Amino acid sequence: MHDDLNWAIGGEAGDGIASTGKIFAQALSRAGRHVFTSKDFASRIRGGYTAYKVRTSVDEVQSVVDRLDVLIALTERTVDENLDELHDDSVIIFDGDRTEFSDFEAPDDTVGLDVPLKSLAEDAGGAIMRNIVALGAVCAVTDFPIENLDESLEKRFGSKGESIVENNKAAARLGYEYVNDEYPEAEATYELETTDEDYVLLNGDEAIGMGAIAAGCRFYAGYPITPATDVMEYLTGRIDQFGGHVVQAEDELSAINMALGAARAGARAMTATSGPGIDLMSETFGLVATSETPLVITNVMRSGPSTGMPTKQEQGDLNMMLYGGHGEVPRFVLAPTSVAECFHKTVEAFNLAEKYQLPVYLTADLSMAVTERTYEPDEFDMDEVEVDRGKLVDEDEISAWQNEKDQFKPHAVTADGISPRAVPGTEGGVHMSTGLEHDELGRRTEDTDVRVEQVDKRNQKVETAEEREDFDYREFGDGDADSLVISWGSNEGTIVEALDYLDDLDVRVLSVPYIFPRPDLTEDVQAAENVVVVEANATGQFADVIEHDTLERVDRINKYDGVDFKADELADEIKQTLEA
Amino acid sequence: MSSENVRFTDFKSDKQPTWCPGCGDFGTMNGMMKALAETGNSPDDTFVVAGIGCSGKIGTYMRSYALHGVHGRALPVGTGAKLANPDLEVMVAGGDGDGYSIGVGHFIHAVRRNVDITYVVMDNRIYGLTKGQASPTSRPDFETSTTPEGSKQQPVNPLALAMSAGGSFIAQSFSSDAMRHTEIVREAIEHDGFSLVNTFSPCVTFNDVDTYDYFRDSLVDLSEEDDYDRHDYDQAKDAILDADKEYMGVLYQDENSTPYHEAHGVTENMAEIPDGAPDGATDLVREFY
Repeated sequence: MHDDLNWAIGGEAGDGIASTGKIFAQALSRAGRHVFTSKDFASRIRGGYTAYKVRTSVDEVQSVVDRLDVLIALTERTVDENLDELHDDSVIIFDGDRTEFSDFEAPDDTVGLDVPLKSLAEDAGGAIMRNIVALGAVCAVTDFPIENLDESLEKRFGSKGESIVENNKAAARLGYEYVNDEYPEAEATYELETTDEDYVLLNGDEAIGMGAIAAGCRFYAGYPITPATDVMEYLTGRIDQFGGHVVQAEDELSAINMALGAARAGARAMTATSGPGIDLMSETFGLVATSETPLVITNVMRSGPSTGMPTKQEQGDLNMMLYGGHGEVPRFVLAPTSVAECFHKTVEAFNLAEKYQLPVYLTADLSMAVTERTYEPDEFDMDEVEVDRGKLVDEDEISAWQNEKDQFKPHAVTADGISPRAVPGTEGGVHMSTGLEHDELGRRTEDTDVRVEQVDKRNQKVETAEEREDFDYREFGDGDADSLVISWGSNEGTIVEALDYLDDLDVRVLSVPYIFPRPDLTEDVQAAENVVVVEANATGQFADVIEHDTLERVDRINKYDGVDFKADELADEIKQTLEA
Repeated sequence: MSSENVRFTDFKSDKQPTWCPGCGDFGTMNGMMKALAETGNSPDDTFVVAGIGCSGKIGTYMRSYALHGVHGRALPVGTGAKLANPDLEVMVAGGDGDGYSIGVGHFIHAVRRNVDITYVVMDNRIYGLTKGQASPTSRPDFETSTTPEGSKQQPVNPLALAMSAGGSFIAQSFSSDAMRHTEIVREAIEHDGFSLVNTFSPCVTFNDVDTYDYFRDSLVDLSEEDDYDRHDYDQAKDAILDADKEYMGVLYQDENSTPYHEAHGVTENMAEIPDGAPDGATDLVREFY
């Protein structure tokens, strides 16, 4: 087991929960500790409960667990919401001056620390700093050097002026000293060791945004939607520094068409949305594919259908991405399996889109999008980024792709299915394209032979990609084990951590980032005695795909309550399923 | 191709239009091609976007870079192309159904964004390609296959929509008046910002009300009205909302408006990127320390 600490702050929406959590997470990261964060937007009980959770260790952490060691409870409900995760050594910090805590007693065996957060904050310059007082108290309980908090406070409040920063530092110290003076027995209940490592802390949406800029994306159009908005907000202001631009469109119909227009003009272009936006974009999806336009469409999934549970986790859009849209449309679907992979797969998505001139779905999900995680900065080595623009032709290459009338052939039939691509401004490359079935020149046709030729050519690109690219899975666990656990997208980290809880049960884990085209798992599935597919949806959409591919039945672990998989819980489920 | 030597026939493809004989779209397209040539553009640097309907076929009959997209979404495509490469001449064409029905949301927002593109709407007040149903600009009493007693709905006034959205160039032309139509489209191209040219483009097959004769007899040419000042907002407003008359010409122009790409500092051709991560990308990683 990890030498880890699980910490949370919870309260009402609007209590500054997320920003306080981020300050503490950054302080831990700067102190050379690994961090994995998660957010509870709500709730077994109705209302505005929200929490920010941090798991931290000197070792790598990549999942939440079902245990809470230190809790800052701004409301009594925060304690109720987390009862299941509290244990004998849990420390709860609360402000007994608040009316709702007047009769509060910490749950059996936990340690309640009544700290006058508000009045101490007022002593430091303002009640608004009560959360920072609480962070100071946490430093005392966890023996965490309070100086590490200072840097984080400077980063958060630096733009607001020196006195604000100093007040916050003072507030933290008042909380720290209060615990030391009033609860000496609670001091250093936990010990957060620091190291000399330098980590970066980022979430999946930020990794996608950074990957896009690294890959040469210059145009982004989008419409705000949870949980994809962070991609747009990340790019806004940053992409401009690299000659790019973000447009907030009037709706998702417009967003994808703007991105399409930019891509036709030669820019690497992207839009990002969530399920409801994908529904709208599917109107134009076929046009992108049949006009053979490179485009990256990011889908940060959330719970559906319809408006569903907009701030809850789900991997319910796999079928939509694989099969959505009328007619038959070649597309690629990539599903990065971790925050770092969000960066790498975004770069790859742009290359694949241009090499094969088609739309690429890049899919993350809510849990990965809002999860902040620490990495060595080398994980994001910009020198490793390669840009492959495929068969983009310049003026000197045009003539090879013209017919006898000097007309350029944007949909030329080739052995690999990939045609040359000329963008406006390229002399001699004048051409049109259309959502109508078309000939090599991009002009409408209903000629039966040409129709078949063009459909085959578009589908050939998929076969070519399967030959040329390495669409492989990531493997963990025991390679010789008889039991196979298969996952796609963001569950990888939780499954890898679950291995630690499986005791003497050996399993081989295949984490699949390529949904289409995808690795052939037939041999792996047939060689295994038991196979279980883990995914965050009700029907087992990826399990269906595996059964289709391998002609073997598989077991399924499905979670669709909107809450993230937890390593210890998932280990129990894997055990039960495999031993059944 | 050097743009000095461009003739309007360079913008003509070798594909014969399948529009009905006598269709207004012929004249509308000819004027667009002439205006493009007269403003020194070349097919290599021109991007034409069209949606669905009879108007949507224009990319096939013209010769330039072009995309024939989905119904109603041509303006967003043109917006993206123009911002990705501000050096391109971007012209969007559509019909009254494409622009004022399924695409009306995009129309309003394209106007208010003021991206420097020219939007020519072939307004025939009827759905032609689907063989004669009411359009958003059809008269309330116009009987069609889907409105046998008339639509009994107020027609959309596209010029008023553009004005209410802060349009910086609002014009109306008539496909049959080749000289004036060409002139108006040319001015639209030359305008720095979003230009609307609503072009009456009669449908000889399905509309026996809004005919060549009707427009010829009823349109008031503003270029012949000495006291009309296109820069006078109030005068333009009165003309646009005039229930008794229909006008031809540039009804309103704000020559001092700032086009989107200037307001947002979008100047580079985004198609040109390095073969690795751009300089300075490592700073993005450092932000996360």
